[in-house]
Amino acid sequence: MTSDTNPRQASRRAFLKGTIAAGGTLAGASMARAGDPLITEVQPWAQGFGDPVDATPYGLPIRFEEDVVRRNVPWLTADPISSINFTPIHALDGTITPQGCAFERHHSGAIELAKPDYRLMINGMVDQPLVFSYEDLERFPRENHVYFLECAANTGMEWAGAQLNGAQFTHGMIHNMEYTGVPLRTLLEESGYDTSAKWIYVEGADASSNGRSIPMDKALDDVLVAFKANGEALRMEHGYPVRLVVPGWEGNMWIKWLRRIEVTDQPVESREETSKYTDVLADGTARKFTWVMDAKSVVTSPSPQAPITHGAGPLVITGMAWSGHGRITRVDVSKDGGMTWETARLAREGDNKALTRFYLDTTWNGEEMFLQSRAIDETGYVQPTKAQLREVRGLNSVYHNNCIQTWWVKPTGEAENVEVS
Amino acid sequence: MSKFPENFFAVVLVVMIAAPALAGPYGLGRAAEPDEIAAWNLDVSPDGTGLPDGSGSVADGEQIFSDNCAACHGEFAEGLGNWPKLAGGDGTLANADPVKTVGSYWPYLSTTWDYVHRSMPFGNAQSLSTDDVYAITAYILYSNFLVEDDFVLSRENFTSVEMPNADGFIPDDRPETEYAIWRDAPCMEACKDKVEITMQATVLDVTPEETSDKTAQTPSPAPEDQPVEASFDPDLAAAGEKVFRKCAACHQVGSDAQNRVGPQLNGIVGRAVGAAEGFSYSDAMAKAGGHWDAERLAAFLADPKGVVAGTKMAFPGLRKEADILALTEYLKSTAP
Repeated sequence: MTSDTNPRQASRRAFLKGTIAAGGTLAGASMARAGDPLITEVQPWAQGFGDPVDATPYGLPIRFEEDVVRRNVPWLTADPISSINFTPIHALDGTITPQGCAFERHHSGAIELAKPDYRLMINGMVDQPLVFSYEDLERFPRENHVYFLECAANTGMEWAGAQLNGAQFTHGMIHNMEYTGVPLRTLLEESGYDTSAKWIYVEGADASSNGRSIPMDKALDDVLVAFKANGEALRMEHGYPVRLVVPGWEGNMWIKWLRRIEVTDQPVESREETSKYTDVLADGTARKFTWVMDAKSVVTSPSPQAPITHGAGPLVITGMAWSGHGRITRVDVSKDGGMTWETARLAREGDNKALTRFYLDTTWNGEEMFLQSRAIDETGYVQPTKAQLREVRGLNSVYHNNCIQTWWVKPTGEAENVEVS
Repeated sequence: MSKFPENFFAVVLVVMIAAPALAGPYGLGRAAEPDEIAAWNLDVSPDGTGLPDGSGSVADGEQIFSDNCAACHGEFAEGLGNWPKLAGGDGTLANADPVKTVGSYWPYLSTTWDYVHRSMPFGNAQSLSTDDVYAITAYILYSNFLVEDDFVLSRENFTSVEMPNADGFIPDDRPETEYAIWRDAPCMEACKDKVEITMQATVLDVTPEETSDKTAQTPSPAPEDQPVEASFDPDLAAAGEKVFRKCAACHQVGSDAQNRVGPQLNGIVGRAVGAAEGFSYSDAMAKAGGHWDAERLAAFLADPKGVVAGTKMAFPGLRKEADILALTEYLKSTAP
C-alpha cells in the first residue's frame, strides 16, 4: 500500500505500476500482482476500523445511494406546501417501499402532531360520540396488512402524450407498506354506529382539513386506522401519529393525521370529491366517486433513469404490478411494443391490493426494444393500452390513467418514455 | 386546538371515572363533549346541513377577497400563475383544456363555503368569520356572473343558488364501460403488424434534472457592498432555504420576486423595516422604523405578533432556534 489518502487513486496508481512491472522481475512482500487490485491488494476497509455501533442511532442509506430519493416536478404545482413528489421506483426492488423515500402528497404541508396532542373523534349517527387518545387506539386488537397506496393522479401527466422521462415521474406516486392498525369497523362498533347510515366522512388535523366521504360498506370491510408502517411509527409526512388506510382505493382517501370520523346518511361532497378527484370525459361530463385503482404495471428497470450499462448478454427486466380489485395473477412483458408478449415470473404469488414484483430473465444482444408490461388481476381485468383508455375517456380525465407504458430501449442501453402506434 | 393541554389532566381524570360507563364492547375512549363536537364538526353538505347562521354581501366580499384571497387567486378570482382559477371557464369542459372553476365545474355551492371556511386562506386556515365566508362565497359567485352585484348570501337563501354544472357528474361507470370489456384473454403473438414511435418525452423536455446540482442549490453569496454581517455560512443558508418553504406561500425572493400576501424579501437583512415598494403594510409595521438586522429578524421570526404588535403576518412564528438561525442566514443571501 502507498500512503496516498485516497484509496481509489492509490489502487489505480498501484494497478498501473503493477501492469508495467508485470513482465519484469518482481520481489518483496509488497509487490503488485496481476489482477484486480481490489482483490490483489489489501484495501483500507479490510485493514482498519469501520464505524462503531451507535455511530448513527437511526441509520440512513449509505452515501453511495444518495440519488435514491423522492423528487418533485416543480412546474406541476404552485407551491411545494400543497404538492406532490415521487418515489424512486426505478431504483427499488422487492415490494416494500421504505418510508423515507415513499412519495409525499400534502395539501397544507406535513404537520408535527405529537401523540399526547392526538385526538380522534367519532361523531354523527352513533349511540355515543367518542374521543380516543393515541393510547386508546393501541388497546384495541390490531392487525397487520401490506397494501399499496397510489395517488389517483399517478401517470396523470401522460394522458395527452409521453411527457416525463422516468418511471419515477410517470409512475412514482405509489408506495407499498406493511401497516399496523385497528380495523375501522372496531372503532365504529365501539361508538354504536347507526346501521342504517350509508356513509362516513373522514378528515385530517392539518390546515387543509382534507376530508373524504367513504361508503359504509367499504368502511366496515377492510379500512384500517393505522399507526405503524413497515414496523415503525408512521413518518411525519405519512400522517404521524395516525392515518387511514383504504386498501385499493385512491390515495387521497387515506387521510393523514386522522382526527375525525363522522357517520352520515349522505356524502359531504367535499372539495376533494367534487372539484378534484373527479374524471372529466370527452363530452365534458365527469365521473365522480371513482375510488378503486384499477390493475396497472410498469417496468422499473430498464427505464430512462435505469439504463442498461452492462452490454450484451443476460438481462433482468423487472417491474411492479398492482390492482385495487385484489391480487395480481399474471404480468406479460413485450419487447417489441406489443406485437408479441411473454409471461413474466412473479417473485411471489400476488397479495391482495399490494404490489407484486415481476421479473423477465432474458438475453439482450444490443437490439432496440420497446418494453411494455401488462398486468392481469384476479377478476380477469387486463391492463388497457393508452388507446383503449382514450377511446372511453378522452384526454382530460387527469386521474386514473392505468395505461400500458412503453420504454424505448436503444442499442446504447439508454431508455426513453415514448408512445407507440 | 391548543386549549386541550390546559385541560389535559382534568380530561384524564374524567376519562378514568367515566370510562366504565361507555357502552362500547371495549369501553375505550371517552364521551365527546358537545362543545368539542361543535368545534370540529364543521363540514357542510349540499342540502345545507352544517351551515351556521350568517350572511355576507358581494360588496363586502370584494374587499375581503382582495385582502385575503387575491394574492393567489387574483382580484377577479381569475387565478395567478399556477394558483387555482375560481372564475371563468364556462363551456370549456369538453375542450382540449377544460378550465375547471367554481362557476364552470363545481356542482355544489356548499363545497365552496365549506372549503373556504375550513381550509382558507392558505397558511391561515380557520381565521375567517362566518359572515366573511358568506361574503367571499357571494363574491366568487359574482365573479362567475352567477349573481348580481347587490346579492347577499345567507343561510336562508343558500340552497336556492343553483350551480351551472350541478348535473355534470355521473357516478363511476367503469364496471359497465370498462371492466366488462377489458377482460378478454390478451393477445400474445402477432398482435399488430408494426410499431412506430408516435411521441417522445425528450422532445417535450419537461423532466426535472436527475442528479442534484450542489452548486445550483447553494444560494448566491451576499454581494460585497451589502452592509450586513461579514460572516456567511453557505451550509446554514442551504438549510435555511428549506425552512423558507414555510414562508414561500406568502413571500417571494429572487430576481422575479414580487409582493404577494407578504412583501418580497430580497435583501431583507439590512433593509429598512416596512420598505418593500408597493406593499401595503400594517400601520404597526409601517411605523416600526429602523432596519432589519439578523438579531431583530430572529426575534420577529420567533414571535411576529410579540415583536410587532399589529403586524398583518398571520404566521405564528418559528419554534425551533435552529430554524430561525438557518432562515436568517438564507435571507442574508438574497440580493436586494
